Amino acid sequence: MTPILYLIGLSLLLGGGGLALFLWASRSGQYDDMDGAANRILFDDPPGETPPPAQSQPARPYPEKR
Amino acid sequence: MSAAALASAGAAHAQAATCAHCGGEAAPGARFCCTGCAAAFETIQQLGLGNYYRDVVRDTLARPLRPADAPAAALRTDLARFVRDDAQGRHELSLAVDGLQCGACVWLIESVLGRDPRVQAARVNMTTRRLRLAWRGAAGDGAALVEMIERLGYRLVPFDPACLAAAQDRTGRELLKALAVAGFATANAMLPAVAIWIGLFNDMGPATRALLHWVSALIAMPAIVYAGRPFFRSAWGALRVGRTNMDVPISIGVILVTAMSLAQTIAHAEHAYFDSAVALLFFLLVGRVLDHHARAHARAAAEQLIALQQSDVGVLEDDGTVARRAAETVPVDARVLVGPGERIGVDGTVEVGEGLLDTSLVTGESLPVAATVGARVFAGTLNLGAAITVRAAATGGATLLAECVRLMDAAEARRGRFVMFADRVARRYAPVVHTAALATFLWWWAIQGIAVADALLIGAAVLIITCPCALALAVPAVQVIGTGWLFRRGVLVKSPTALERLAESDTVVFDKTGTLTDPALHLVAGEGHDASAMLLAATLAATSRHPLSRALAAAAGPVVPAQGVREVVGAGLELDTPEGTLRLGSAAFVGGDSGAAATPSLFLARPGQPSVRFDFAEALRPDAAATIAALRRLGLDVHLLSGDREGAVSAVAAQLGITAWHAGCSPVDKVARIEALRAAGKRVLMVGDGLNDGPCLAAAHVSMSPSTAAEISQNAADMVFQGASLAPVAATQRMARRMRRLSHENIALSLAYNVVMVPVAMAGYVTPWLAALAMSTSSLLVMANSFRLRRGISEGTSR
Repeated sequence: MTPILYLIGLSLLLGGGGLALFLWASRSGQYDDMDGAANRILFDDPPGETPPPAQSQPARPYPEKR
Repeated sequence: MSAAALASAGAAHAQAATCAHCGGEAAPGARFCCTGCAAAFETIQQLGLGNYYRDVVRDTLARPLRPADAPAAALRTDLARFVRDDAQGRHELSLAVDGLQCGACVWLIESVLGRDPRVQAARVNMTTRRLRLAWRGAAGDGAALVEMIERLGYRLVPFDPACLAAAQDRTGRELLKALAVAGFATANAMLPAVAIWIGLFNDMGPATRALLHWVSALIAMPAIVYAGRPFFRSAWGALRVGRTNMDVPISIGVILVTAMSLAQTIAHAEHAYFDSAVALLFFLLVGRVLDHHARAHARAAAEQLIALQQSDVGVLEDDGTVARRAAETVPVDARVLVGPGERIGVDGTVEVGEGLLDTSLVTGESLPVAATVGARVFAGTLNLGAAITVRAAATGGATLLAECVRLMDAAEARRGRFVMFADRVARRYAPVVHTAALATFLWWWAIQGIAVADALLIGAAVLIITCPCALALAVPAVQVIGTGWLFRRGVLVKSPTALERLAESDTVVFDKTGTLTDPALHLVAGEGHDASAMLLAATLAATSRHPLSRALAAAAGPVVPAQGVREVVGAGLELDTPEGTLRLGSAAFVGGDSGAAATPSLFLARPGQPSVRFDFAEALRPDAAATIAALRRLGLDVHLLSGDREGAVSAVAAQLGITAWHAGCSPVDKVARIEALRAAGKRVLMVGDGLNDGPCLAAAHVSMSPSTAAEISQNAADMVFQGASLAPVAATQRMARRMRRLSHENIALSLAYNVVMVPVAMAGYVTPWLAALAMSTSSLLVMANSFRLRRGISEGTSR
């Protein structure tokens, strides 16, 4: 009987953690731009942090889009 | 198009190059289609952002990335009005972005702005196509930053984020949170529930079972209160005014089943249905969230289209300077300067100058009319001629706009409230199931004489089984897939009932100007349009933004724009060559024969040669005839109502084989015709774009307008379609009918499930695990059936 109580508590804790995380992500606007999020992962570098390369273009870390 | 024009265009097409910046057609051998593109390419390379060209995937529905298509944002609108300052001295601006092709554009815009030391933050939301820009320094620097992006080919329009889409987003977020809570509760209430179901075969002790029931109750009940609110609120709203909708049986079912299960749990009984109740809400919320997002997406895109049309009015101050103001804030009797190619922002009378006005969006008249001093002009008209000064008239009840708004309100009030198919089903369904559940309870309790609690439990099982989970998903599932399919093809469905109404329509009424015909003017074949004259005229015209120049350049195909062309505002273009001065412009400007001024025309004067006249006229959209034929095949009657002259209308009607046409209609006439059709029992689809079509769009059973339509018409229309093609009208009609068929199939499926399961429930054989299984199966079946929509339609239209 006792293990069941622990397990129920644990499952609720884990599930509740996931729920809280989701609500936080939703509130902080992380679901506001789903198209952008899907594309941003492919961007070359964070804008404005690296100076423009002199002449040659940097090698691509990901395969060409077709 | 003339034979010569065709020949020269054909020659150009044979070896046309692709512009390295915008991807459009360029003259043979040229790298760019225009100087703007060349400059943009240069800028991007200098910033070391050339990777953009490797990554960009062109979007055929988006505006091509050609700079200088319209006056710069800073000239169109007063940016300062939209700039907000925060406590740290940062200035912030929200802008709608036009011309985004793909993710690479987001990267490009953010990178370009990010390299500017003044910029604090630049973030493009790709879903809503909006840019949030924050910078330090002078508030006026915003204009420079905006111009920097506009020079790359994008168009930016400032907007006030407080006015747009804030309220509806709250609904979306509330639904999403409710879904999350329901999902969490379903998963966790299912755990003890499954344990109990297995315990049934395994001799679970009553104490353990009671504990697990209590755990289920503690998880499920708060979740039901929280996640059920959207349903309870809507059901209460309907009941309070004496109606029912789909949410009424859902709410009654969920509340009764929960109360029942609580009573069972307190009594330490064998069965409780907490998991079913919350799973039901979860399934329904999935449908609601998807449905809401699809529509919010379409509405945001429609808002964007309207925002992009807006521009400020240039008010002429007493000291002779021009101040940009929002049209609503222009005082009566202010003098407004309207440049060539600019839309008039206010109603008024012409005070200085002589303009050539394109009133197609306002009255449906296809040919531009001359406006001399003292002529009355209306907001929304496009000035094709020289700059004019307009004295703003009172925006009281006498204006054309005010009349249209009044007619629209009246039409909308007369149009009855449309009841969604699902709600019509629910109205019949709810009383039947509630009676069945009550009868079952009474039968077992009063006639069979079993304990009240047991009889109640069987009654509750009937409610659970009949709770219209599949029924409530039947229509939204189809709607989500259909709306998404249309959205990707440029049709924005704004009203939730639009497609159901469209599927019912049996008559289609078209407006002529700008709807059946192309909103842009086309070159008419004429004398002396040989290849050399065309090419010469086009190289001059390609440097100008004037609508006639653009029509001429478009007819000639891609050319290399001439260097050193001077634009004489309101007159024409000049170019000095070794042989003498070339001129392209009005008759007076080139000194040619003026002829009849009935049609808009340009003259080309070359030294030592007779001047060549280019006439322009409206032309049908390229697929107008095919679309009309397709609509006829779908069994629709085609009508044409236009405010234009009889000759122009009858020509178009004859070309398209439309026999039911009326010319010279005022907005009042148009509405009267629509209402006469309705009185004859027809369900009318109205397709129109002008201000004068607004009342019709509101009066018709269902309405569509192109994205080039006047703002008021786009607001009134149920659906907006983008692009130069008219085909979306027929495609949407086909889609709407398929959707109706699938919705009916889905409803039939879920009713069939009820017919099978309800007797089982009434006989008292349904246990919680069986209820959960049956409910999930029927919901999944309906969802799976809805996906057939996507498969069938892509085969059907890819011909």
